[in-house]
Formats: sequence, structure tokens, C-alpha cells
Amino acid sequence: MNVLIDKFDVFAGGFWLTLQICVLAAIGALILGAVVAVLRISPVPPLRAVGTTYVNVFRNLPLTVVLFFAAFGLPALGSNADFLRIPGLDSIFSRLGTDLPYFRFGTIALVLYTAAFVCEALRSGVNAVPAGQAEAARSLGLTFGQNLRHVVLPQSWKASVVPLGSVIIAMIKNSALVGFFGVVGDLSQTADQLTSAGGYPFIPVAIGISVGYLIMTVPLGALLDRIEKRQAVAR
Amino acid sequence: MSQQSVLYDIPGPRQRRVTLISSLIAAVVVLVGAYLFIYRPLADKGQFSMELWGPLVDPSNENFSLVWDRIGFGLKNTLIAAALAIVSSLVVGTLLAVLRIQLKSLTRRRFTGAAAPVAYLLRGLSWVLAAVTRVCVEVFRGLPVVITIFFVARGFPEFGASFDNLWYLVIGLTIYNSVVIAEILRSGMEGLPGGQAEAASAIGLSPFQTTGLILLPQAFRIMLPALISQLVVVLKDTSLGFIISYEETLNIGKQIIGVLGNPIQVYVVIAVLFIAINYSLSKLAQYVQRRLAQGRKTAGTPAQPLPPAALASQAESTGGPV
Repeated sequence: MNVLIDKFDVFAGGFWLTLQICVLAAIGALILGAVVAVLRISPVPPLRAVGTTYVNVFRNLPLTVVLFFAAFGLPALGSNADFLRIPGLDSIFSRLGTDLPYFRFGTIALVLYTAAFVCEALRSGVNAVPAGQAEAARSLGLTFGQNLRHVVLPQSWKASVVPLGSVIIAMIKNSALVGFFGVVGDLSQTADQLTSAGGYPFIPVAIGISVGYLIMTVPLGALLDRIEKRQAVAR
Repeated sequence: MSQQSVLYDIPGPRQRRVTLISSLIAAVVVLVGAYLFIYRPLADKGQFSMELWGPLVDPSNENFSLVWDRIGFGLKNTLIAAALAIVSSLVVGTLLAVLRIQLKSLTRRRFTGAAAPVAYLLRGLSWVLAAVTRVCVEVFRGLPVVITIFFVARGFPEFGASFDNLWYLVIGLTIYNSVVIAEILRSGMEGLPGGQAEAASAIGLSPFQTTGLILLPQAFRIMLPALISQLVVVLKDTSLGFIISYEETLNIGKQIIGVLGNPIQVYVVIAVLFIAINYSLSKLAQYVQRRLAQGRKTAGTPAQPLPPAALASQAESTGGPV
């Protein structure tokens, strides 16, 4: 059990790095997912096709493959994801500014992959708004944009909180993969490092790593359960 | 789905013309962008040369049959691992769901027939068991499946139980997915109208019989689409086998790349394979869902909306990990 105390800073550092990736990827995925969701419900057929293709491709690919494409494909395209080195942001998330681009690659892969699920969660929220509401808005003469902005989206937000939360929890768990793709020092890479290379006993390391992930996922899950119960009563 | 037709009117001739013209312009812009930013850099690096693509697409290439033999081998391994993991997690998941439902009804029982200390003991025991299963579910659901597989592969040999890599992968996937499936089934059973269980106990079925004969079959039926999309998740998760060097599709791909040095091409092929298999599985899920909806309508009972818990777990399983 000594490893938990001796290497506490390693565990804490791994937790901190995983948390950073998760926060960045969650923000990116929510933005991109919202864009794709608007594409998928828009009145223009080609835009709908683009949105549908995006969702189908990324939902059916293993995240591993997406990560490989981020790590091999982007360099082949001549980019090392420099556009993520946003001044100011990289002083908070210091790994964004480093020369080893794996942190940025991992974040991009997580964003691309999660956005497909975010889009579906948002769309399920839109579908949960009673059709009569949208019909009433249409018959008042609201355009598609006004309808979406004033009537449908504010209500769909409520219905999509729970599925969105599930998506974010899934994303936090998925973030464990980036450690196997060159991101040094996150929780999952710490597990590998301490048990294989470090020669530390297995069980305490497993406990430390598990606690790191459970701190992020379990409270979020409990919160979602509560929201879900409240919504069920409200109905 | 029904929402989409309501959000806007059916486009008239002018709107259609505007749409057509703007999509043409957008298509040209996208094509030019793709040429400048994707095709050109790749072509400059020689990524389209037959030397790199040949072994994958050209049957006359000397390596073609060898490469596809390996990919077929990897696919077979992927499917074996997925099939084993699916069967075992369905079995374990069902048992776990039944166990949790039973324990929940046990904690409500007061054991009035027994003497007071025995009754308290039994109540305490059922509380503890319920709490233990609850904690297990929360922990294994909250852990990333990569980490579970990694821990299984590292931890089992440490306790003197070493198997093939296949079994580590299957065990790891089973631990995670059985918990998810158990939660899907449990929320399905709890979402059923309360009268079902009451009627069952009124005709004299024991709680265990009620679950097995009345609740579980219905939960399977309601949750079938969610279960199928969980199968897609399992299939995708088998790609994590490369972490413990199980020879599944992705790992075979890595070996091919090691010899031929064409990462982008190999991953494109693997991506297409995965998308094809998983897309047909999710189409199957949609088909089943539609069939179920039809079946309910013709049976004369009003189609019941899924309970919110069921919807959420559905979303979770489709938004599930990796």
C-alpha cells in the first residue's frame, strides 16, 4: 500500500491530466455535436446528409481507430494540430502548448468521436418535444430558426440533459485510451508505468487508478440519477 | 423523427432552387478544400502510390492474398472474442439483474415468521448483499473498460491464474458489459406497469417466478434495441485487445504496418470493415425496433412510451464507451 502514499503525486498528476483532457474534449464535443445536430434537423437535404454521414461513420468506428487516424493521419496531412495552441488557453492547459502533439491529437480524436453521440443525445431531446408545440409555432408563422430558438431548443434542453450526461460519462471513460497512444502521464498510462516498468505491486496501483476514475464518473452518474428521478416525477 | 417534418414546411420551388444552387456551390468549395488540404499533402507524400495501396486492393500483388489472409484471421479473432463476450455478458447480466431485483424485494420483507433476532439478521444480510451488488455495479460501470481489461490481464497472472489473451479480453469485456446489460434489464423490469407484478403475485407466483416468467421476458422485449446496440459496443470494444496483444483486427493491422509501412492505407481498410459490420448491426437494431412497434400496435394495446429510465439507459448504451 506504500505506493499509494509514496507515489501520491504521480496519481494526482495523472488524475489532473485526465481531467484536463476530459474538460477540453467535453467542451469541443458539445460545440461540434450541437453543430452536427443542427445539420441533422435542418431543412436542407445535403446538410442533413452530411450530418447523418458524420454520425454513422464515427458511431461505428472504434475510438482506437479514430485515435490512430489522429496520430498518423494528421501528421501525414502536414498538421501537428497547432491550431489548438490557443494563446491564453495553453497557459491554463499547459500540455496544449508543448511540442509533443499527442495531447492535442488525443483531444481531437475524443472530440470527433464524442460529437457523434452528443448529436444523437441532442436530437433525442428535440424529438421529446411534443409535436404540437412545433406545429403551433409553425402556424404562428415562426421560421425554422425562430421555431428552433424560441420553442423547441429551450424545451429539448431539459430532455437531453440525462442522455448528454451519459455521453460525457462515457467520454471520461474513453479518455483512458489516450494513455495508450502516447499521452504521457495520464491515469491509464500511470497504471502501465507503475506496474510494468516501475515494478510496484499490482493491487494498490489498481486501487489508486480506479479511485481516480471513479471520482469523476460515479458522482456524475449519481447526479444524473437524481435529475432523471425529478423529471420522472414532473411528468 | 416525427419532429423533423414539423420544424419546417415542405420546401417550395424557390426554396428548392436556392437549396440546389447553394449546395452546388458548397460542394465545389468542399471539393476544392479536400483537394488542397487532404489530397495534395497526401499525394505529395506519396500516400496514393500503388506501392502502399497495392497489397490491399490489387489482387495481382504478391502480398495481396497474404495480407487479406491475415486480416481475415484478425476479423475471425475479433468475432470470436465478441461472440464469447456477448454470450457471457448476456448470461451474467441477466443473472445480475434478477439478483438485484430479488435483493431489492428482500430488503422490503420483514420476515415476520421468524424469531426477532433471526428476522433482524436476515434483514441485515439482505441489506448488506443489496449494498454490495450496488457498489459492484457502480464501480465496474464507472471504470473505463480499457482499464478493466488491463487490470484483468495484469491481475489474474499475479494470482496464479494465467490464460490465453483471448480470455483476458473476454473476461474484461464481460465484467463491464454484464453490468451495463444488467442495468438495462433492471430498468426495463422496473419500468413495467406495477400491475404486472401484482397480478403475478395475486395468482400465487413467488417473487422469483414473477421475475422469471413475467418481468424478465417483457424486459427483454422492450429493451431489445438497447441490447442490440450494446452488441455494437462489445464488437467495437474488442479492438481494445491490442493493449494486451490479443491478435484481433487492429493488432493484425499493426503487424501488417510493421512489415509494409503503410499505416494510413491499412487503417482506412480496417475503418471501412468496422463501419460496414457495425452499421449493419445498428440497422438490424432499428429494424427490430420498428417490428416491435408494429407488433404492439396490431396487438390492440396502445403503444406505451418507454419509461424515462429505459430511454436514458438506451441512450447510454448507444453512447457507450469506445
